[in-house]
Amino acid sequence: MIHSLFLINSSSDIFLEKHWKSVISRSVCDYFFEVQEKAGEAENVPPVIHAGHHYLINIYREKIFFVSVIQSEVPPLFVIEFLHHVAETFQDYFGECSESAIKDNVVIVYELLEEMLDNGFPLATESNILKELIKPPNILRSVVNSITGSCNVGETLPTGQLSTIPWRRAGVKYTNNEAYFDVVEEIDAILDKTGSVVFAEIQGVIDACVNLTGMPDLTLSFMNPRLLDDVSFHPCVRFKRWESERVLSFIPPDGNFRLLSYHVSAQNLVAIPIYVKQNISFFETGSSGRLDITVGPKQTMGKTVEAVFVTINMPKVVLSANLTATQGNYTYNPVTKTLVWDIGKLSQQKLPNLKGSLTLQCGAPKPEESPSLNIDLKIQQLAISGLKVNRLDMYGEKYKPFKGVKYVSKAGKFQGKGLLEVCSVHFHGQVIANTSAQISHCHHGAFH
Amino acid sequence: MTPMQKLLQLPVNAVNIVKTVQAQAQEEARSPVLTPDSIQQNWYSAVQPEELRNLKVAGTGGGDSEERAPLEEGVTSAQTQPLRHDDLKEMLDSNKDSLKLEAMKRIVAMIARGKNASDLFPAVVKNVACKNIEVKKLVYVYLVRYAEEQQDLALLSISTFQRGLKDPNQLIRASALRVLSSIRVTIIVPIMMLAIKEAASDMSPYVRKTAAHAIPKLYSLDPEQKDQLIEVIEKLLADKTTLVAGSVVMAFEEVCPERIDLIHKNYRKLCNLLIDVEEWGQVVIINMLTRYARTQFLNPNVNESLLEESGEKAFYGSDDEEGKEEKAEAAALAKRKPYVMDPDHRLLLRNTKPLLQSRNAAVVMAVAQLYFHLAPKAEVGVIAKALVRLMRSHSEVQYVVLQNVATMTIKRRGMFEPYLKSFYIRSTDPTQIKILKLEVLTNLANETNISTILREFQTYIKSMDKDFVAATIQAIGRCATNIGEVRDTCLNGLVQLLSNRDELVVAESVVVIKKLLQMQPEQHSDIIKHMAKLTDNIQVPMARASILWLIGEYCEHVPKIAPDVLRKMAKTFTNEEDIVKLQIINLAAKLYLTNSKQTKLLTQYVLNLAKYDQNYDIRDRARFIRQLIVPTDKSGALSKYAKKLFLALKPAPVLESPFKDRDHFQLGSLSHLLNAKAGGYQELPDWPETAPDPSVRNVEVPEWTKCSSREKRKEKKVEKPFYSDSEEESGPTESADSESDSASGSGSGSESEESGSGSESEESREESESEQEDKEDEEDKRKKKKKTDRGKVKAPAVESPESEESSGAEEKNRAQKVKGRRSGSESESEEEEESESESSRSESESESESESDTDAKKKKKAPVTKPPPKQAKKESKKEKKEMSLLDLDDFEPTPSPQVTPVNNFLSSSLVTDLEGLSLTDTVMAPTTIAPSGSVKTYELLHRITGEGLGVEYCFSRQPFSPDAHMVAVQIMFTNNTNAETKNLHVEDPKLQSGMRIKEFPEIELLPPGEMVTVVMGIDFCDSTQAANFQLCTHIRKFFVSIQPPVGELMMPVFMTENEFKKEQGQLMGMNEISEKLTLGEKCQNEHGIVQRVTSAANVSRVPCGSDKECRFAGKTVSSGILVLVTVATKEERAAQLTVNCEKMVIGTMLVKDILQALTQ
Repeated sequence: MIHSLFLINSSSDIFLEKHWKSVISRSVCDYFFEVQEKAGEAENVPPVIHAGHHYLINIYREKIFFVSVIQSEVPPLFVIEFLHHVAETFQDYFGECSESAIKDNVVIVYELLEEMLDNGFPLATESNILKELIKPPNILRSVVNSITGSCNVGETLPTGQLSTIPWRRAGVKYTNNEAYFDVVEEIDAILDKTGSVVFAEIQGVIDACVNLTGMPDLTLSFMNPRLLDDVSFHPCVRFKRWESERVLSFIPPDGNFRLLSYHVSAQNLVAIPIYVKQNISFFETGSSGRLDITVGPKQTMGKTVEAVFVTINMPKVVLSANLTATQGNYTYNPVTKTLVWDIGKLSQQKLPNLKGSLTLQCGAPKPEESPSLNIDLKIQQLAISGLKVNRLDMYGEKYKPFKGVKYVSKAGKFQGKGLLEVCSVHFHGQVIANTSAQISHCHHGAFH
Repeated sequence: MTPMQKLLQLPVNAVNIVKTVQAQAQEEARSPVLTPDSIQQNWYSAVQPEELRNLKVAGTGGGDSEERAPLEEGVTSAQTQPLRHDDLKEMLDSNKDSLKLEAMKRIVAMIARGKNASDLFPAVVKNVACKNIEVKKLVYVYLVRYAEEQQDLALLSISTFQRGLKDPNQLIRASALRVLSSIRVTIIVPIMMLAIKEAASDMSPYVRKTAAHAIPKLYSLDPEQKDQLIEVIEKLLADKTTLVAGSVVMAFEEVCPERIDLIHKNYRKLCNLLIDVEEWGQVVIINMLTRYARTQFLNPNVNESLLEESGEKAFYGSDDEEGKEEKAEAAALAKRKPYVMDPDHRLLLRNTKPLLQSRNAAVVMAVAQLYFHLAPKAEVGVIAKALVRLMRSHSEVQYVVLQNVATMTIKRRGMFEPYLKSFYIRSTDPTQIKILKLEVLTNLANETNISTILREFQTYIKSMDKDFVAATIQAIGRCATNIGEVRDTCLNGLVQLLSNRDELVVAESVVVIKKLLQMQPEQHSDIIKHMAKLTDNIQVPMARASILWLIGEYCEHVPKIAPDVLRKMAKTFTNEEDIVKLQIINLAAKLYLTNSKQTKLLTQYVLNLAKYDQNYDIRDRARFIRQLIVPTDKSGALSKYAKKLFLALKPAPVLESPFKDRDHFQLGSLSHLLNAKAGGYQELPDWPETAPDPSVRNVEVPEWTKCSSREKRKEKKVEKPFYSDSEEESGPTESADSESDSASGSGSGSESEESGSGSESEESREESESEQEDKEDEEDKRKKKKKTDRGKVKAPAVESPESEESSGAEEKNRAQKVKGRRSGSESESEEEEESESESSRSESESESESESDTDAKKKKKAPVTKPPPKQAKKESKKEKKEMSLLDLDDFEPTPSPQVTPVNNFLSSSLVTDLEGLSLTDTVMAPTTIAPSGSVKTYELLHRITGEGLGVEYCFSRQPFSPDAHMVAVQIMFTNNTNAETKNLHVEDPKLQSGMRIKEFPEIELLPPGEMVTVVMGIDFCDSTQAANFQLCTHIRKFFVSIQPPVGELMMPVFMTENEFKKEQGQLMGMNEISEKLTLGEKCQNEHGIVQRVTSAANVSRVPCGSDKECRFAGKTVSSGILVLVTVATKEERAAQLTVNCEKMVIGTMLVKDILQALTQ
């Protein structure tokens, strides 16, 4: 299936190559470079490239292209998912999936890749099994290793691989038995200029950190499981019990893992937690424009809205911005043309406002695009959908674990760029009333 | 370990000594060449590295070291400084593992960077047996990377792996096979073949999995081995563990994807295992099964697709009226033969559905494509939600999913309509995603949602991403062509765009407008005029060309403007792009034909300019047109038609989605994405016209579940009449059903299908218990209802196993008859298997019976409505008597209603339900369904001592409902005399203190030749003391005694692994009895052990994480004391049996019994 893998950095250096079958010359990457050049931005490089006798399937993560070489038919998603899995494993092992981390740990990377694929077909991909096979690096161990000459490869042979519960290691022991669940929800919404919702949905995940001794069998139940519209599970979750009882029953993997991702559809949506009034206009004459944005909290159930960022991608002709913010700071980057307003906490009493003028390039025509706003925010201790964990029960072990649940709501569209969550409560500039002949209406509005 | 290692290292070292001299010289010569950053570079400029290597290679071939000596000397003398790799070699040769490790790490880092480290081969390879695991692993990495280049040296390592293949540790065996098979050296092909074959029958599923992985490796190394490898694949396909399933199907796909016949027998197993296979394996299996299903089942949409063809309207209108006769005929045919889904087809759909919830996008996509290609139209909708979910994943995933959604939306638009808003474009999306979303939105547009979509499009036009804007304009154009209602709106909107400041936008609009105008030009002369004005400003060649073409084409609508445009164009002709020039010529020609008075000179001028153009296309065109339109003497014939040629009505272009008809590629595949066949792509076959014989998928009951499941099946079938509402279906009812169907004159196809379904539902029940709990899909329900209804009517008739047997046989016969040519041998063999396995039935009996049936059937091929099933049943009823006469010695579990309390059935089915709920995975499910184990009968009274009355008993292992503390004993009376036996009852029980007995109700009459079965309960007080009593008839009394084996004193308890461990922890010390043993021939694998243990004792399997241990739990019937059994397997055939039980006597006896069962 997967023949070879090349890791390429942003300056088109191939800094790692691994072959699972016979060696393929790295010149095959020339096809990739060609396409990359044509595509311009990294994110526009098509994931599948036809390269002579080969096919290149690539992903772009953390400024690294993972380019895999395929020789014959294979489901592209299979490869893409696998490559992301590789990236996540690196992240898991080294804390970050960067070029330097990979270069520093090249031997471990190689050992990992060797275990993950056999002849191009995935072999051991579960993080728990891998960690039994190859210990993740840490400072203490590397010091000890350099002195004693012991190694990173597990001395004991992994038995997890052989069991029917491949995601869990055998013989896990903790002094403090803890299980934490983070319910993280992201509101993904498009608002129009009046502030009404064009489209909104909630993406939620439950990330767990379970450090429990032995083979605990957990059952997690919700107060309101009907809220969950569409779910996808970690393989440990027993699907049948979810179907019949709407509880999550599972023997958890050891450590961090994503238990569940879910979706709450628009009809269950409580409300968008903030509102925005915005007015950005450009004058026909004088090469200037005006900007006026006010942000205020809406239905937050008594919780504070924190870490509010407003990001605006300005038209190219905007040279600089001269604004005053009643709260927080703003920066305008004239190169990327982005205006970022870091508001911080939202208070009920005083609504933050950003107002002022924009300077446009002299002589340039008035920009016709109305910039869209992206808003990033965070609410602690609240799942915006109203989802509540009812209880967590443990069977199969005698001790009493410490259990914790945390709720966080964020704005944001899952963009799959690792930790960085790009938000997008974003505003479409134009309001169109009439359906028929709307295009002409609209363009009248826009052009004249 | 260490002495062995030394042993191994000896030869390596020995060879090394020989090789070092050569090798070192070689390395010294080469390494500076191959490491460009070496400081020492000046010396080799004279000799090209390639030449040098050739010299060397030639040298190593023979023993001509003398010949090479001068060269070596030359090289070494030139070498004044130590070489870079020397230090590495030194480190590798040292005794310290840490040094070796460091060296290997550096070497691996070199490999990772793509640097050549091949010269270190000899130094590295001798560390292959190093006892440090990490060093060893890194050496493997190196070896696999360079073995191909250094074949001779690589061979030195083979013996290490061969030894590893025999290691008692399964993980070492597996890793040895893995590396061995990765060494791409042709010489070792036979060794690899042998190793794979051996590993394929290894005890450990992990090793078998590795064997499956090794198959494609060997195949790519030597395709000649295909036939042998297929044998191995066939063997591994029969494997029942989830661990192997994914890997072997992958091997199948790479080596012999065309051998679809290998799948038949494993189809149901694969379907049932699927949910527990690891994610990657799931993808491969699902894709393969999609292809399989396309060859084996009928198109579930066969009726719809016929209607689809004749247009959407026909969907509502009657198809007989419109459309061709053929179609009507075909549709009628389809109607006459209603589509019934093959249960196997349903099984696949049902078992894949939960996987839509997988976290792995590839799995979700695989299920989605399976549903798209295989499911009835009404059911495909379920995939939409899951696919929409994938859109929130990484952009690469989005890209692939959108491509597939785009294809799907063309065929099944309705499916994604509710999710329209999920395809709205965000400003942060990459352009390629935006364009794909646009494609989907366009495909989804219809009369009702077009206004929303167009409103959305408007905002897109203002985007800063110009490629995206251009695509949006094209999308608007497509919406306009597809939906007549909005054409004018769109056209107006596009015209507005013509005044856009961005030229690209304008140009794109012009091109789209041109296409739209072509549809109804007469209404839009003002737009054409407007566009004519644009020629002054628009510079984009494509747009200019489009305008010119428009004016030319519709010059009669703009008679005044057209010549003027030509005049302007003639002026700028020389500066135009080629594409524009061609259109100018066209325009000129058209004007000349319609309005020659005004344009004659202009045309000539343009043609003259074109004549001397640099581009030969333009010159050719000019020459051609001149001949055509300007009447001369020569060209008389053609110029007559010039008008027709130029001014013919041109069909409006159809704006089609680039994703149209892409679904002939299997969705989700690389080929689909590229819209071109990729290497190794397996075509998705068309549905067959008639379904191939479904009986090929019937599987003989595996040895180890045979008895138990058979028991179960019988019980269920007998149960049937009383609980016809329950979900389960009994085979006989159904097949009787199908019989009546077929008799009523349907074609042979449906007949065979039906007959298959009967036996299949049985099979699948055996395969996985859990599956039964699944909610049946609607169609099934409907079908079932029908059947159960009929079942009710016939219920009284179907009560004896004989009738079931006969109809079962009938079923097979029919299958044979219908598809005799192909399946004949298979189903026959199966039948044989079954009859063999059934000790209870004499072979001749069943055969003669089935023969008679076949005869009967042959006679009544004509439309007889009801008689066949009745007839069959009557026959069987009659035969019942005869049969019992013959089957004197056989156990006949006929718990007739008057004897076995109804509660028994209830509780037994409850037990089954509980089992389904218990958290076992499917691998062990079949084993746990066998709480009853194989039933052994004991003689209570021999027919000679009983003067013609033969009595046998067995422990039915069913809960005894009148008293839960009693063991149920089933007693079978057979009257072998010619006289009636009357008043059979129990008298005068002599029991140990505490023991109790619950007598069976008196049997008033046992006619000669008949047999009757009753159940009595005995409380043995958890002892193996015999219960003595007298068995009385109306004339005689017999002293009899029942002595239970210790294993029958208990009943199964269902617990989890953790509960088990907990309980076990409390039963240590004196309560634990352990015994070492050597496993018998037939119970070396898990299944064997489970079967032996459960037949020796009435305990149930406890799910267990390790495959080296089998655990069982039960409790004594009388006092409810826990009995825990553990069988831990070790290397070879050694094993340890542990029994934990509070009652030591029971424990000791049980150990003895199980020991005996396992060692036999």
